[in-house]
Amino acid sequence: MSTTNPEKKSFIGKFLSVYALHILLAAIAFTLTLPFVWMILTSLKPLKDIESSSWLPSDGRLRWENYRDVFDTENANRQIGTLQDMKFDEDGALVSAAVLRDADGLVETFNVDRKTSFYDSEGLPIEEKNLQNGIHVRMDRPAGEGVQFARFYWNSIFIASWVTFLQVITSAFAAYAFARLKWKGRDSIFMLYLATMMLPGLVMMIPNFQIMIKLGLVDTYAGLIIPSAFSAFGTFLMRQFMLTIPSSLDEAAEIDGANKWQTFWNVILPLARPGLITLTIFTFMGNYNSFFWPLVMLRTTAKYTLPIGMLFFDSSRGQSTHLLMAAITMSVVPMVLVFVLMQKQMVKGIALGAVKG
Amino acid sequence: MADVVLKNVCKIYDDNGFKAVDDFNLDIKDREFIVLVGPSGCGKSTTLRMVAGLEDISSGTISIDGTIVNDVAPKDRDIAMVFQNYALYPHMSVFDNMAFGLKLRHLPKKEIVERVQEAAEILGITELLDRRPKALSGGQRQRVAVGRAIVRKPKVFLFDEPLSNLDAKMRVQMRVEISRLHNRLGATMIYVTHDQTEAMTMGDRIVVMESGRVQQVADPMTLYNKPANKFVAGFIGMPPMNFFNGGIVSGDNGLSFKNEHVNIPIPPEWKDKIGGMAGKEAVFGIRPEDIGSTRAEEEPGMPSVSLDVEVVEPMGSETYIYSTIGNNGVVAKLDAWRNFKVGDKAELKFFMPNAHIFDGSGIALV
Repeated sequence: MSTTNPEKKSFIGKFLSVYALHILLAAIAFTLTLPFVWMILTSLKPLKDIESSSWLPSDGRLRWENYRDVFDTENANRQIGTLQDMKFDEDGALVSAAVLRDADGLVETFNVDRKTSFYDSEGLPIEEKNLQNGIHVRMDRPAGEGVQFARFYWNSIFIASWVTFLQVITSAFAAYAFARLKWKGRDSIFMLYLATMMLPGLVMMIPNFQIMIKLGLVDTYAGLIIPSAFSAFGTFLMRQFMLTIPSSLDEAAEIDGANKWQTFWNVILPLARPGLITLTIFTFMGNYNSFFWPLVMLRTTAKYTLPIGMLFFDSSRGQSTHLLMAAITMSVVPMVLVFVLMQKQMVKGIALGAVKG
Repeated sequence: MADVVLKNVCKIYDDNGFKAVDDFNLDIKDREFIVLVGPSGCGKSTTLRMVAGLEDISSGTISIDGTIVNDVAPKDRDIAMVFQNYALYPHMSVFDNMAFGLKLRHLPKKEIVERVQEAAEILGITELLDRRPKALSGGQRQRVAVGRAIVRKPKVFLFDEPLSNLDAKMRVQMRVEISRLHNRLGATMIYVTHDQTEAMTMGDRIVVMESGRVQQVADPMTLYNKPANKFVAGFIGMPPMNFFNGGIVSGDNGLSFKNEHVNIPIPPEWKDKIGGMAGKEAVFGIRPEDIGSTRAEEEPGMPSVSLDVEVVEPMGSETYIYSTIGNNGVVAKLDAWRNFKVGDKAELKFFMPNAHIFDGSGIALV
């Protein structure tokens, strides 16, 4: 049958290979995109709708102000409304309270500590012993203790940029030595270097931390940047890439009169650009998202990076999932930008045409 | 411009002890076009790379213009090299490819532009200067690679199989262009190839190499007419020389070369050279054009063989016919008018003055 009706067969074949594949890919893309859509929609909901099954706010109004509130530390730390549900510890000190907010009629529960102050409607401080459920208050937590989202943003980008810059440079240098230069013991040392990739990061966390204490780099940017400035993975990636560049190019450069540095800088590095870009993306994303090492290293709130800063939106100061989602959405933006801008370069194989072909 | 002298040059690879080049001696004169030719792995490229400074020299000396350059870096040897795969920098324009070496030498910008323009004009690539190598054809890339060499105005040009990636037509064209360039620039050139046609057509002198050793150094016609040994005889010439294994026997009519299938009387004038060979193994060699040629047919007293025509290859101006005698394949290059067909019996004469006899170890006797 199939030989007598080749057109039909080719149509089915084409359908299977083109349409079915596209449908499958679309389904996968949809599944992968769904959590992001949910995140963005949730970031536009009022707090009271967070746990509802609806995708959109119940009153239909998208709360763009959530994005402002993430940055607005003053407002985010200030609650005006009716005091409720005060809780005390064994010593009689106030530990938590709820405020029925005037603004949206929602009840927010907050931990209360020494730095929390209460004011009456005239703006005069209310002493703790005078607080009681049902009075109208303005509750403040001093700025600097709360979320400094813009600062976290800056910290994350600053640290990730430095790490990426240093790591790409050092990886390219090391890769050039491992891939293009001839020296005794090169391959053994490379194997040793690679072997360090076998050690899980968590195992190295404590020794690294001890070194950082000795160097006095705990709670500094340098303490986050320097340990990540060198990478066996990056070196490996760049080396593999550089191995694909024909060795006659080095030789041509050598005869043209280039020294090793000039060969590296003028010939090999430009040709390794797709590799450099791939490594840039990997490193930037990895570092921008890194959580545990900054958490261990950082003490001062002003130095926090975004992943740690997000902890402020957990429920310890009362539920603020809508703000958390807005914060995450914003923190994803640089990643998306980096990827969109560089993805084309990543795919582009500039090494083509280097030799015959 | 300069002469290049290689004295007892050896190359032994450290890692496996392989002797790639064995006692290479050559005196290349100023402005000479020398071709190194041989099958792959014969050490010709290695020799060239040692002259370039891309490979260390295990022993012996190489001197350029009277200076021993064994420990001189490639950039200070005043040489330029054209690579088999062109080795153009893919991220640079044609202009930048050609100017790269000049920039590294900190030449004034004006002079760089002038030199590149001049080279581009010589090679006819002026309109390509802004393009990237990717946008060029194979022949154009090869021209750029040559251009990159000539802008430097080096003492010695080195070519490492520069035409082997081109198609046949382009190869012939570039061959002529490089020869022309040699005449125009008057530079010393060392050219490596595995193609005996290129070697024959381009070289002032040809160095035939095999297994790291020089087999013969001579001008093309000497190489063709008086090969030093069986290897050279078989390597130079297309189609290759026919060989018959057998022995020299002494009979009533003097000496003859004999095996189960042929009996070729040896001309009396060769007696001095062959005399001592009676009763010993020998190889008889004759080029395809010396079988059944007009000369052979007209000359009196030439021995003849009877061939069963197995394959006929008409080339236009001449026709090749293939046959077998015993275990040895035979090719004859005949005038096109001799209209043989497959299955025919051909009675063809050997033109003995151009025949060769090699001893058991392959050394040419006549």
